[in-house]
Amino acid sequence: MVASVTSFGRNGLSDWIIQRFTAVVLAAYTVFILGYLIYNPELTYEQWSGLFACTAMRIFSLLALLCIGAHAWVGLWTVSTDYMRSTAVRLSFQAFFGVVLFAYVVWGIQILWG
Amino acid sequence: MAGLRTLNYDAIVIGGGGSGMRAALQLTESGVKTACITKVFPTRSHTVSAQGGITCAIASADPNDDWRWHMYDTVKGSDYIGDQDAIEYMCSVGPQAVFELDHMGLPFSRTEEGRIYQRPFGGQSKGPDNPTQAARTCAAADRTGHALLHALYQGNLKGGTTFLNEWYAVDLVKNQKGAVVGVIAICIETGETVYIKAKATVMATGGAGRIYESTTNALINTGDGMGMALRAGFHGQDMEMWQFHPTGIYGAGTLVTEGCRGEGGYLINSEGERFMERYAPNAKDLAGRDVVARSMVMEILEGRGCGPKKDHVLLKLDHLGEETLNLRLPGICELSKTFAHVDPVKAPVPVVPTCHYMMGGIPTNIGGEAIMQDSNGNDQIIEGLYACGEAACVSVHGANRLGGNSLLDLVVFGRAAGLQIEKSIREGLVHDEASESDVEQALSRVNRLNSSTSGESTVAVKEDLQRTMQLYFGVFREGESMQKGLKMLEEIGERLKNVHLEDKSQAFNTARIEALELDNLYEVAVATAVSAEGRKESRGAHARNDFTERDDENWLKHSIFNPVTKELTKRDVNFAPKTVEAFPPKVRSY
Amino acid sequence: MLVSIYRYNPEKDQVPYMEDIEVEIPEGRDLMVLDVLHLVKAKDSSVAYRRSCREGVCGSDGLNMNGKNGLACITPLSDVVKKGKLVIRPLPGLPVIRDLVVDMSMFYKQYEKIKPFLINDTPAPAIERLQTPEEREKLDGLYECILCACCSTACPSFWWNPDKFVGPSGLLQAYRFLADSRDTATQERLADLDDPFSVFRCRGIMNCVNVCPKGLNPTRAIGHIRGMLLQRST
Repeated sequence: MVASVTSFGRNGLSDWIIQRFTAVVLAAYTVFILGYLIYNPELTYEQWSGLFACTAMRIFSLLALLCIGAHAWVGLWTVSTDYMRSTAVRLSFQAFFGVVLFAYVVWGIQILWG
Repeated sequence: MAGLRTLNYDAIVIGGGGSGMRAALQLTESGVKTACITKVFPTRSHTVSAQGGITCAIASADPNDDWRWHMYDTVKGSDYIGDQDAIEYMCSVGPQAVFELDHMGLPFSRTEEGRIYQRPFGGQSKGPDNPTQAARTCAAADRTGHALLHALYQGNLKGGTTFLNEWYAVDLVKNQKGAVVGVIAICIETGETVYIKAKATVMATGGAGRIYESTTNALINTGDGMGMALRAGFHGQDMEMWQFHPTGIYGAGTLVTEGCRGEGGYLINSEGERFMERYAPNAKDLAGRDVVARSMVMEILEGRGCGPKKDHVLLKLDHLGEETLNLRLPGICELSKTFAHVDPVKAPVPVVPTCHYMMGGIPTNIGGEAIMQDSNGNDQIIEGLYACGEAACVSVHGANRLGGNSLLDLVVFGRAAGLQIEKSIREGLVHDEASESDVEQALSRVNRLNSSTSGESTVAVKEDLQRTMQLYFGVFREGESMQKGLKMLEEIGERLKNVHLEDKSQAFNTARIEALELDNLYEVAVATAVSAEGRKESRGAHARNDFTERDDENWLKHSIFNPVTKELTKRDVNFAPKTVEAFPPKVRSY
Repeated sequence: MLVSIYRYNPEKDQVPYMEDIEVEIPEGRDLMVLDVLHLVKAKDSSVAYRRSCREGVCGSDGLNMNGKNGLACITPLSDVVKKGKLVIRPLPGLPVIRDLVVDMSMFYKQYEKIKPFLINDTPAPAIERLQTPEEREKLDGLYECILCACCSTACPSFWWNPDKFVGPSGLLQAYRFLADSRDTATQERLADLDDPFSVFRCRGIMNCVNVCPKGLNPTRAIGHIRGMLLQRST
């Protein structure tokens, strides 16, 4: 058993499930947005902001946003533990991206509901 | 000796194969401070190559099976010079040892009832009065040795055995009273030479098939234990008895299990004839290995060999069908494709009798205690020295080993040696310390090599040794040619004294190890040659053109080779099993 | 034929180097790479490599030959030699002791970590523990592992985290015991594997499957372990 305090779910299985679950959500969100753009080639600002005024869309977007945060964290954490041998470098990298991802999530919420 | 590091154990086991690990496990579990010294990582030992199985009357294939029938087969197979008390012990304790292996995790193949799968092997019957072919060999597909060796290593990991992996034992250290008090060993990785002190030293070093040019044996089978014992002045028993396995792959020498014939395969000559029907009308291809190997050579000598040189025969398996071959003999299919470029599903495999097993070895009693004959011909126990497995001669195989009996020998006598040492240590086994000169003596070989400045290379001497043994001491032997062979060995012995180690570096110097191994090959070769020349009869694997008959009057005996005088004496065969009547010698036919 | 061999003797060399040696290959025979090494050693006895059974069952001579891991004794020249040249290097990713000999302790440690032995706390019966042929069949493709390390040393995840990631070989063995009907420690074994490194560093690259000289499939075994972990936690 390898203990690891900085991993997202604290165990491999939850990280693994989170990464797969978030990937599915992100794929669905991407497909939806692309589909919407294709079916509305003459997209206007009103239409676009109307879409995001809808609560369901806001929930979907928020979910996708949280999923990006979680997915990116698991991925970047893995990359850092693969390639960064020095604890200081690795920890700084993780701290930096932790802050960045947190900021993105908060900023995103502000945009959606602000 | 100055600066020589000393390690201290109660018991050391030299060799990390089947018997060594079984002994080490027994000792570790009973709390004896033990180290297992092995020149290769344990799972690289030659036990891994055993294929067909482990013969034992566990009454799975036949619920009425009886260990006494197995005992009878083994006695008969040995051509009556197997010690019957030892054979009785092996066959009766066997089932317990096999069940222990299952409990340890060995993945045996299974029957529909969930029991261990048993297949027919050569020389198996249902007792003296019933020559019906029995199926008594417990198998894990055709990888039984691999499965067994790994299970034993795993058992040792679980038990917490101390391993000195990739350490090479050089020579025994004897004290002034002649007791063995440990060994000089080299840590191969660092090159450090160390004195490993022990109250009990177990030789579990396996065979020495590499004395021959063509052998099924691994490159590491250089008879290190036998060599060390002979150099220390101890005796070798039945050293003329070398098993030639009927089915080594032609050209490569790799083994094809007897289980192929057990599953229904058979041998054919250039005329497509199943010739074993002529030599052994009843058992046919499942006669004793010595009988089959000789029959094959007869076919070849009489011009019915296969191939452009007419120098091999064929093992037919294709009629068994792809499904059976893949289920029961998957490893054979793989080996055959790799080394013979033949797919057994489609075509027969070219095979030739190949040196396989050393029936002789360091004489021991049932508890693995090494024995030496004194000047009056009485058995004396050598203090501190034990042996088990192929390196030992208990003797359960006599003049010819039955297939599947070597794996049983390993576990039964590895375990027995462990039990005996535990008992001896509990009773207060102590020896005098070795003096500085005793240790120096054991160091002399390494010292000579390390200071050699010129001379011959190991490779050249080794090749000549192997060729000589192959030519003059093979399947068929003859007095005159053996005399010639002995002379050539003498010359090789002179050259050996002059072998030069060019590379003196310390870290993982395999050249040094190979040079040290060559000495052991030579010791075993000489013991084999002298014993073969001396036994003036034909028995089991020892077949002479000038003495074609078995001579029970003079030679119902073990041969004992004395390395000091280079002479051969005789030792009585045990005919006194404890719980059954002895099987008297009979004409051996299959 | 030109054979280029990785050489390093810690007592003499500051850094490893490749040495080119011309070897006479006997006509008409397809030698194995190990045979070629013997020919090389006959010329220069200082070349160090491990070998034992010379028939592909002991796992001693795992090497990197023209870029691919495999066992020297069962790799014919016709399979590996490109443009008349054979490049032999030690298994990648492990410390080199000398020439082609690597220090395998990291590899063995991972093997030991998965408790590679049967655990069964129920009293042993007087005979063997029964197992149906179907239950036994589950061990096929698992127990045949020879611990040659060809797979683990071909695995990038093992290169990066040899101390934390069990590696394909060890995981194949972990599943061998999880799949054994005679073993009762399934829950403990799974609990020991449930961290982010031991199993989950497998990224399904499948180099292990590609190089295994015994034709085994560690990736599939790892998939089975993941499945068992999932089943246990949901």
